Amino acid sequence: MSRRRVVVTGLGATTPLGGNVASTWNALLAGTSGVRLLTDEWALDAPVQFAARVAVEPAEVMERVEMRRLDRSEQFALIAAREAWKDAGSPDVDKLRLGVVIASGIGGVITLLDQYEILRTKGARSVSPHTVPMLMPNGPSANVGLEFQAQAGVHTPVSACASGAEAIGYAMEMIRTGRADIVITGGVEAAIHALPMAGFASMKALSTRNQDPTKASRPYDQDRDGFVLGEGGGVIIIESLEHAKQRGARIYAELAGQGLTSDGYHIAAPDPEGAGVTRAIQFALDDAGVDLSEVVHLNAHATSTPAGDVAEARALAAALGGHVSHVAVSATKSMTGHLLGGAGAIESIFCILAIHHRIAPPTINIENLDPAVTIDIVRDQPRALPPGPIAALNDSFGFGGHNVVLLFKSFQ
Amino acid sequence: MSVTQAEVLAGIKDIVVEVAGIDPTTIEMEKRFNEDLEVDSLSMVEVIVAAEEKFGVKIPDDEVTKMATVADAVNFIVTAAK
Repeated sequence: MSRRRVVVTGLGATTPLGGNVASTWNALLAGTSGVRLLTDEWALDAPVQFAARVAVEPAEVMERVEMRRLDRSEQFALIAAREAWKDAGSPDVDKLRLGVVIASGIGGVITLLDQYEILRTKGARSVSPHTVPMLMPNGPSANVGLEFQAQAGVHTPVSACASGAEAIGYAMEMIRTGRADIVITGGVEAAIHALPMAGFASMKALSTRNQDPTKASRPYDQDRDGFVLGEGGGVIIIESLEHAKQRGARIYAELAGQGLTSDGYHIAAPDPEGAGVTRAIQFALDDAGVDLSEVVHLNAHATSTPAGDVAEARALAAALGGHVSHVAVSATKSMTGHLLGGAGAIESIFCILAIHHRIAPPTINIENLDPAVTIDIVRDQPRALPPGPIAALNDSFGFGGHNVVLLFKSFQ
Repeated sequence: MSVTQAEVLAGIKDIVVEVAGIDPTTIEMEKRFNEDLEVDSLSMVEVIVAAEEKFGVKIPDDEVTKMATVADAVNFIVTAAK
């Protein structure tokens, strides 16, 4: 059976920059930081006292009774999925042909920790009967599957900070191979809590710029000192080209390929040469049948860690070769913080919108560019992308050495 | 401590509203938790644990399985609290 083409027809998000896609995108183009000091009691004497919380609390858009049965990550998934579904025109689809692939890097960790506290203070009988469905990492995907009665398959790939991108790649294969006509796909994360933050701080992965939170996420800057934890998520609706055409759907872009590799190097540190990243980019281009000359934009993983940014920049320079000067690279974590399992999803949305509106979002907080970085970074102001057929890459990496590259292109 | 049927019904209403978020005026003695009040098996555990705390009673698991209606729960609690 020949491979079916896959297009993007709906977008949804709740992020540190906005409660939906439009407000997030506008804040992104304006170069706004979503990072704030935390007001939680546990943060007052924590090593890291800031993060990028969602701009709109779920309680503002969700019924209280629904919320109490859902982990925060599941709330984000439903909020983003509802927006994306509506944005796609609430498609009339055979439920047997509808799939869901939504990832999270850590799962319902806030539920797990809160219920453990209840266990310790009030005893086993007081532990919520909703605990397990709330803490399971497939919970976000499962709840969205229930809401839309998806029966072609509901899945949850987990690969730390590459999870969201891996989910979208998996969803693409479901359509390519004929398992589904429409898939609701993306990634979410809700891990702003004392324990995960202490764990990341303990491995020296987080920025400790407590005195200046909005300047803390500074990919490629010489004085970067770690990533800033963010929360939220993004969900997109993808469907087979035939299905989208048949119902007259608006097409944002084509999801044309993916490249997957693993480093086999270290549990948390990136391979300094970034060889796995370079290979993943080549695989994505091959998979999509796209020539490097068409690639005009790349949304980098660039989390603002000292080692990671340079390893990635080297890998990108190697992969792009002589084309490096016409690929506008954006490091949007400078504004959103790092959404872990949600990162690959919201950054895919940014790539899709960059193609759709022909504009690359800026990277903020680069005061002194690290001299080891030779790629062309979009700094401070958005940059227009050229007319004609164009393609954009979104790369994501996760602890464990997972490398995922997605390729989106303008729909012709 | 002794409680009246009306007091227990009022307490159960509060709990079911909190757990299931339904209109309190629809909660009556003859209503069935699962079929009429959207209290599924997981939510029923929440209702029972909250009722135990509120009325200072112990409701054994095999009694819970017999509580189909609001009246079943109210009558058990009134008797147990005597």
